[in-house]
Parts: sequence; C-alpha cells; structure tokens
Amino acid sequence: MDLLRFITCGSVDDGKSTLIGRLLYDSDSVSLDVLATLEKRRATTGGDVDLALLTDGLKAEREQGITIDVAHKYFTTPRRKFIITDAPGHVQYTRNMVTGASNADLAIVLVDARQGVIEQTRRHTLLASLLGIQHFVLAVNKMDLVGHEEVIFQKIVADYQAIAEQLKLPNVVAIPLSALNGDNVVRRSSFLPWYQGPSLLEHLESVPAATDANPNEPRFQVQYVIRPQTEELPDYRGYAGRIQSGTYQAGDRVRIWPSGLETVIEAIEVNQQEVASATAPQGVVLRLRDDVDVSRGDTIVPTAAHPAVVRELEATLCWMDERPLRAGRKLLVQHHSAMVKAAVTTILQKTNIETFESQGTDEAKLNDIVRVRLKTALPLVVDEYRQNRVTGAFILVDEQTGATLAAGLVAATDREYFTEEVPAEAAFSI
Amino acid sequence: MPTAHYLDYLDRLEAEAIHILREVAGQFERPALLFSGGKDSIALTRLAEKAFRPGKFPFPLVHIDTGHNFEEIINYRDELAARLGEKLIVRKVEDTIRERGLREPGGKYPSRNPLQTYTLLDVIEEFEFDACIGGARRDEEKARAKERIFSVRDDFGQWDPKRQRPELWNIYNGRIQKGENVRVFPISNWTELDVWNYIQRENIKLPEIYFSHERQCVVLPSGQLLGFSEHLNLDETDEIVNRRVRFRTVGDSTCTAAVESDASSVDDIIQDLLLAKVSERGATRLDDNLSETGMEDRKRNGYF
Repeated sequence: MDLLRFITCGSVDDGKSTLIGRLLYDSDSVSLDVLATLEKRRATTGGDVDLALLTDGLKAEREQGITIDVAHKYFTTPRRKFIITDAPGHVQYTRNMVTGASNADLAIVLVDARQGVIEQTRRHTLLASLLGIQHFVLAVNKMDLVGHEEVIFQKIVADYQAIAEQLKLPNVVAIPLSALNGDNVVRRSSFLPWYQGPSLLEHLESVPAATDANPNEPRFQVQYVIRPQTEELPDYRGYAGRIQSGTYQAGDRVRIWPSGLETVIEAIEVNQQEVASATAPQGVVLRLRDDVDVSRGDTIVPTAAHPAVVRELEATLCWMDERPLRAGRKLLVQHHSAMVKAAVTTILQKTNIETFESQGTDEAKLNDIVRVRLKTALPLVVDEYRQNRVTGAFILVDEQTGATLAAGLVAATDREYFTEEVPAEAAFSI
Repeated sequence: MPTAHYLDYLDRLEAEAIHILREVAGQFERPALLFSGGKDSIALTRLAEKAFRPGKFPFPLVHIDTGHNFEEIINYRDELAARLGEKLIVRKVEDTIRERGLREPGGKYPSRNPLQTYTLLDVIEEFEFDACIGGARRDEEKARAKERIFSVRDDFGQWDPKRQRPELWNIYNGRIQKGENVRVFPISNWTELDVWNYIQRENIKLPEIYFSHERQCVVLPSGQLLGFSEHLNLDETDEIVNRRVRFRTVGDSTCTAAVESDASSVDDIIQDLLLAKVSERGATRLDDNLSETGMEDRKRNGYF
C-alpha cells in the first residue's frame, strides 16, 4: 500500500472542511464517538450533521466557523493511505497554504459552482504550482445549488483552463460534486448523469503516488555523525542522514560538498544491516573509505553528479513575517541540516498573485511572493527547486527570535541566469 | 545483500520519523525522550534504535510517574531501559505534589494526569532539556491535528496555537531562545492502526495489559470499564465485575478505561481495530470527555 499526501484549498465558504468531513464520513473513517459529539451539537443547533466540525479543531475556529491553522487528517482505503492537509482559505493565512502545499503531491482546488473561478482560486493555484505540485483536481462544489447544470460546470472548467495554461499545470482533472450531499465525493452521483469521470476518491486512489525528487540525481545530506567509541567499535564513524533524492550504491565514488574532497562509500547501513543500495527517502548510515572531514550539513554525492555549490543565489520567497523584508536584512538560511548566515542583497520583483504579473518592489510584506538575491557566509549545496523539490527548498530564520520568516525556493544559481533588477513600479507579464 | 526499493507507506512513515529524531540529535544540546510505557513511546524507542545504532541514544528516556501506573508498565519500562542500555530518568508526580504543595485530585476517580504537567516542567528545568520527544499523534484528537512536528513552547511550557511556526517541507526549525523548549513529535503522521502495523512488522514486544486478560473492573455510569485499583475512591453503589479486557492506551490508571476484548495477539488487535468504530481516546480517556476542548486547554498550559 502506498501513500498520497494532498492539500485542499479554496475560499472561506467553498465548503472545504465539509468536503474533507464527507471523505472521512463516506469512507467509514469517522468513529462512533466522534459522530456522537457531532450529533450532540446538531441537537443544540438544528439542521444536518455539520461535517466541517470534523476538521475545525480550535476553539476560535468553531466560534467563528472558519479554519485558522493547517490541520492534518488521515484515512485509509484498501488501496491507499491518505494524509490530508486542510489549509485555510483566508488571504491572511496564505502562509499556511504555502506550508500545506510544500508537502503535498496533489492539490484539490475547490470552487463554489455559484461563484465560479474567483481571485482565491487563482491565488491558491499559483501557490500550489509554485510549490511544485504536479496533480490538480478542480472540484466544482455545491452543484446541487445550481440545479446540477452541466453548462455551469463547463463554463467553470473553461475559465480554469485559462489559469492552467498560463501556469503550465501538468495534470488537471475537473470533477462536479456536492460535498454536503456526498455526490461524486466517494460514490458517483445519479444527479450528475452527464459526468462520466471518476468520483473524487476514485481519482485520488488512482493518481500516481509520491514521486520523490528526481530519481536520477542522488543527494544525501549528513544529519548526525554516529561514533560509538566503544571497545568493540573504537573507530566506527557513520554518517547518518536521509537520502533526499535518487539512489546510492555501496562502492560509489563520491565527493563531500562543500569541501569537494573525494572518497568512496564503503558501506550503506539500514538498521545496522549492510545493503547494496538505498533510495530516497530512506534514512541510512554511510561509512566512507577514507578518514575525511565530514560534519552535519555536508552533502555527499557521486562524483558524476553536480549540485550547485554557491554563496550567491536567486530565490523565490514567500514572506511569512509581520515585519516586512527590506534589502540588506541579515538572517539565517536553514537548508535542511545546514544552517548558514546570509543577507538578502536585493529584492528584485514581486509577483502579483491575482494577475500573475511581476512588478518592481523594494520590500516584501506578509504573504508577498518575491524574487530576491541572497548572499551566504558559507557555501550552500543546492539545486534549482524546479529540478529538485528537496534540495531546492530552504527556510529563512530570524537569528534572534528563531522565528521562521520565509519559505525559499532556489530559482537560479548561475550568475548568467540571474534576473535583471526591475525598477519599482514597472510591471510586466511573466 | 537485500536491495528492496519499493517503499510502502510504513517505510515512508518510518523514514520520516528517523529523519526527525536525527534532526533532534543534530539541533539540540540536551534533548530527552518522554517515555510513558505506552505503545507509542515504545515504538519511538525502536525508531531511535534505527536512527542511532550502533551508537547510543543522544538522549535519556524520561518517565513521569503518576504513581497510579499499572505495575506491568513499570516492570516493562525497567526491562526495556536495561535491554537498551540507555539512561532512564524517573520523576514522580507524588514528589511534585509534596514539593509544590499541590492538592491531590479528589473525586471517585482521582486522576493525576493534569498534575503530570508540573512534574514535566520541573524535570525540564532540572536537566535544562531543550527538546522533549513525545509519541503524540495528530489523529488522536482535534487540537493535536493542528500541532507542528517541532512545537516551540515558551518559558512556561505553553502552546500558543496562533503563534506556531509554519513548518515547510521537512525542514524542522528548532532554533529557540533561552528558557524556551521544543516538543517534538516524530510519529505525528501515524494513526493508531499504523502504530499497530509497525509493532507487528517489527515484532515489538509489548506490556501484557495491551492483550486480552481477566481483570477486576469497575463499571462506570457510561458503561465504560475501569480497571480496579486502590487509587479509586469507590462506594457501595459501584459495581465490580470480572471481565476479559485489554487496554488501548496506557495512562494514569484512574482515567484510562479498558475495552472488552478477546484479542490476545497483535494480529487480533489489528483485526479488532479494522472493525472498531470507536476512536482510541473516545473509548478510553475520561479526561478528554470532560469538555470538547479538554486537550486544547491542557496543551495551552504546558501539557504535551
């Protein structure tokens, strides 16, 4: 059985929480006592059982009837285990949407059939696409409220197609449904006879699952050095970490970056057993033939592979802090197990997340998507995000408070491909 | 040498947990693993073996002993620590009650669960722990579903759900200021069934109380069964019966109910679970039923 992680995104009243509630409810993933709690609330408020209550976990959320924070839900069918990330729809919680999308293989973009494609739809699709999600489901919800009309569905699909083309989305499937009534969520609906495609769950069960970052480019970063220093193992030195992408073989000639030293993988250990090879995202211990200097944060790759080893790079940031970012700001880059001091030297441009246009800017405010140039105190071993979703990702951290300030995606590592600075106020289309 | 490259969902969950444990080792100076003797923390010790052997664990096991524990759990705990050869630190809620002049919980079923928080905060201060690893899972409860894997707590151990750090990709930010600490939940994304499947796959031995056995129980007004113990304040209206039961969770014996079951092996339990229609906490935890926001309130106050 494999694993699929997906995110649900949509506007406040599109019925996202209801949809998740429906998926859990109709796939028999809700237990009796939880249902009893829902029943109890229904008795006091009247109406139908409110499935949204299955995901809205915090007091304030239940009071205001909205979702504030990313919630995780789990369910299993005979075919798959699913991890759902429910991200909030409000503009001010865009950072949570980015957070949820960072770990997802698929995005369900929810649209209210009565409203069609709106700004939020564009924004969420852009963010999910930016974060490298490959599979999109356009879920046209509340079909019951528009008389199950096919023309309404087709109009929305056509509008969304324009977005999909602009963003070059690889895989989009559109499904008409009603989360409230359960039409086409788990079971196909007789109210929508003109729709011949799969129900939402059928699609989720059949879409290709977790493809890890580019299998052709092996990357491994050291998390921890294991040195027992016992009588039996006086000289044992193992480099523990996770294979970030690709496959490693015992006997591979490798380089340690950023030092560039060369050696050979003596053995790969998984749970203290030697294995001939291992693949992402396995956790392994590498033993090296030579006694070279290796520490936490170093990257070990076969000599044939060439990650970028740079102290200057361009990146796309999603700024997540109340205090705006201005050029010159010093902060920390956390690139998985590597932490280095850095400075944002230039803010090049900002993406308008409604129009997808770029414009000049001299600051990044909360929830802004900007392109910046960064300089680091020590070399980073990275790939472009579009090539590798693991090694192309980093976060920015406030040196003093430790707060996470931004999500960072490596956009360019070669000066030849750096963006020219755009004067503030000038706008152009991407 | 084996070269199995298909990674199923359990391999992926395991890889994620090992990655998280190694990040704790890499980022913190004085971490600890909170060990309750329950199946989730037992699974954590197996994951720690996979993450750090042939080296030692870079953290001690810490047990907050409510004094209301099942004897089997205490024996299991001591045997496990001895077998692993790892350091075990035990701190008793009883001592906290005495030292801080706290009031013993009253009522018929006096749970020391809420008081554990004080002992936990004291032991964090005593050893200056900067990270505490716990076996909590997001599927347990609604407030837990919103918890980060690295969850930063302030000087008072409090959780502020509105000020959580965004957790991006699998990059875990454990940078903290003096006085703060981080709670780390490596099996956040596992469900109860995942844990049992893992126990089965790894052939992990569990304390006997997880399996069907004969026990004297008190029948609660709700119909739930509470294992009889000297810590309960019973009166003549209480009905005491003999039943074949097992425990789904193991906490303070005064607030952890048993379920009737004939499941005597891990396989049986997995079958039970596949058919079960009542959630783990709903079936067995009296403290969460007190209010709809019971867990959120306790977490805000420093509970893990």
